[in-house]
Amino acid sequence: MQKKLLLGVEAIAQGAIDSGISGVYAYPGTPSTEITEYIQCAEETRTRNIHCQWSANEKTAMETALGMSYAGKRALVCMKHVGMNVAADCFMNAAVTGTNGGLVIVAADDPSMHSSQNEQDSRVYGKFALIPVLEPSNQQEAYDLVRYGFALSETVGSPILLRITTRLAHSRSGVNTAAPLNENSLKLPENKRQFVLLPAIARKRYRLLLDKQADFKEASANSPFNRYTEGQDYSLGIITCGIGYNYLMENYPDGCPYPTAKICQYPLPRKIIKTILSKCERILVLEEGYPVIEELLKGYPGDKRISGRLDGTISRDGELSPDIVAKALNLPVREGADVPKLVVPRPPALCNGCSHRDVYNALNEIIKPYGEGRVFADIGCYTLGALPPFEAINSCVDMGASITMAKGASDAGLFPAVAVIGDSTFTHSGMTGLLDAVNEKSPITVIISDNESVSMTGGQESAALGHLEAICRGIGIAPEHIRVLNPVPKNHNELCQILREELEYKGVSVIIPRRICIQKARRDKK
Amino acid sequence: MILAGVGGQGILSIAAVLGSAALTNNLYIKQAETHGMSQRGGDVQSYLRISDQPIYSDLIPLGKADLILSVEPMEALRYLPYLKPDGYVVTNSTPFVNIPNYPATEELMHTLEALPHRIILDADTLSKEKAGNIRAGNFIMLGAASPFINIPFEYLEEGIRAVFSRKGEEIIGMNLKALHAGRDFALKA
Repeated sequence: MQKKLLLGVEAIAQGAIDSGISGVYAYPGTPSTEITEYIQCAEETRTRNIHCQWSANEKTAMETALGMSYAGKRALVCMKHVGMNVAADCFMNAAVTGTNGGLVIVAADDPSMHSSQNEQDSRVYGKFALIPVLEPSNQQEAYDLVRYGFALSETVGSPILLRITTRLAHSRSGVNTAAPLNENSLKLPENKRQFVLLPAIARKRYRLLLDKQADFKEASANSPFNRYTEGQDYSLGIITCGIGYNYLMENYPDGCPYPTAKICQYPLPRKIIKTILSKCERILVLEEGYPVIEELLKGYPGDKRISGRLDGTISRDGELSPDIVAKALNLPVREGADVPKLVVPRPPALCNGCSHRDVYNALNEIIKPYGEGRVFADIGCYTLGALPPFEAINSCVDMGASITMAKGASDAGLFPAVAVIGDSTFTHSGMTGLLDAVNEKSPITVIISDNESVSMTGGQESAALGHLEAICRGIGIAPEHIRVLNPVPKNHNELCQILREELEYKGVSVIIPRRICIQKARRDKK
Repeated sequence: MILAGVGGQGILSIAAVLGSAALTNNLYIKQAETHGMSQRGGDVQSYLRISDQPIYSDLIPLGKADLILSVEPMEALRYLPYLKPDGYVVTNSTPFVNIPNYPATEELMHTLEALPHRIILDADTLSKEKAGNIRAGNFIMLGAASPFINIPFEYLEEGIRAVFSRKGEEIIGMNLKALHAGRDFALKA
């Protein structure tokens, strides 16, 4: 046993390495990125040759991992919560195929939206797919539950979803590691039709998944991670999970006086829940994210004994904190001094010298005569173009939506319609939308602001590197309307001229301003 | 304690030294930090807790921080609601101005000096003078905060040696000099 100081995400990575994975598959996304990065840098990855290269998006990651599971080996898939939407098609069906080698999917949720577009709760996906969900509350549990998850996956033959939230992902603590397992050897599934979801077979597989629910419930009932702790005061019972448990205990340094159910594994362990419901007068549910447990217990008639986010005891949105939990427990919060009035917000901004700045400077100048509201952007550092001083963009919705929203607005008659998308976001989910536009000769201008890096998440290798012009030609953009240049201030006039020409072109054009991310360039030098 | 600064100022190197110091001396530690979007020049903070007892919460409750250690003067003030009434603010005095409405220096210094328990120092200048390099400023700051961190000073020295072991003796020596210079400043203040 060895004690290491690890972030929650690093504990997951080490847990997966020690579980004998043969591959990790992921697309970068805060707060999940460092899981894959940790595995990429690990000594074991070199000695064992663990697959660790980034995938083009979460769907390809999920599918490739399922392929590794098909071949009998263990695979880890990691993504941020909204990545689950991209991977969902495969994720839902992988529940129906079941697994061969162990398969654990990590979804890192971001309540309070520190770096995200929404605060969807991935536990809902687990329930949707009818598979077990694991939820650690600290770094040690993160390590232990990954190992437990791989073992469970191979016992029940199902993918396992492990859900964390931002604060656990990016908090460090001491973690005891245990002896590593060997990797599996190559072994095809015994049932040759297991992964063939033709309707006739899919019906059988789905029936099997429904039958497995009893196994999942039993596993949850016997899980050493689900725990009921007796209390002295039965006026209240507390059901909590994830990081909510930490905030509860923080408020009771000498032990919680109320009976407590700590949930780390779903489906909910019925016996523990029944015990606490029968013993306590009122129930407070402390959960990070959606009121998943609370809604289930409260039911449609609305059991008034159950409180939490739905009755306003805790705000319906936003992450929990020790203070929010204290207020929900009617405990005093002694706030320090007020923030002096002179303290002003310091929002994130594009770096000085960033190539996106040059792109927005030119775009703002050229689009001005056409009027406002014509620029559809995407997800990455360039989304910061929405803030002053640029205020250059009118949308940021999901990976790749810049191109297709520009096309839709163009279909509606908006001219010109411009998309701004990064190189990595383009290969993640922009290419297919571009094909739609090409097939209909939509008069849109797509700016692929290429900084040769996945920058917002820390400068990972972009899947687009060295491929963009060939991809655009392959999709059917006329070569004379693929315009590449280096966006530096001295080329400002040239970029403006290209924009002027291509905005007026009545077909699809792609402008590729290409200059490496200055942060990435600096890191590469080291 | 709360570590405060602006994305890119490297407050996490301070956290790494404290983390190493805690772990090798069998103390419990939790340290929550900011990754992602805010690292692009936004305000960043790290919540750092060390104890000889198990620690539950990764975040520090309001009014419970013993110390705010800030490498930027305005950022020191942003976290006052977290500070105990008798808690200390240890801050660098050199502003990092990357927003148009940054407060006037005089007013900012006046507000800082009005705090009941504070150490304000020019870490950049001190680092250059005492450690021979402006880059050790973060360890000037850690040194200045060290009298208010209830773990032996030697643990911090060990932490620097461990974290920078691969960078060589020169870097270790520079950071240790900075650590001592910061501590001397705080003890005389």
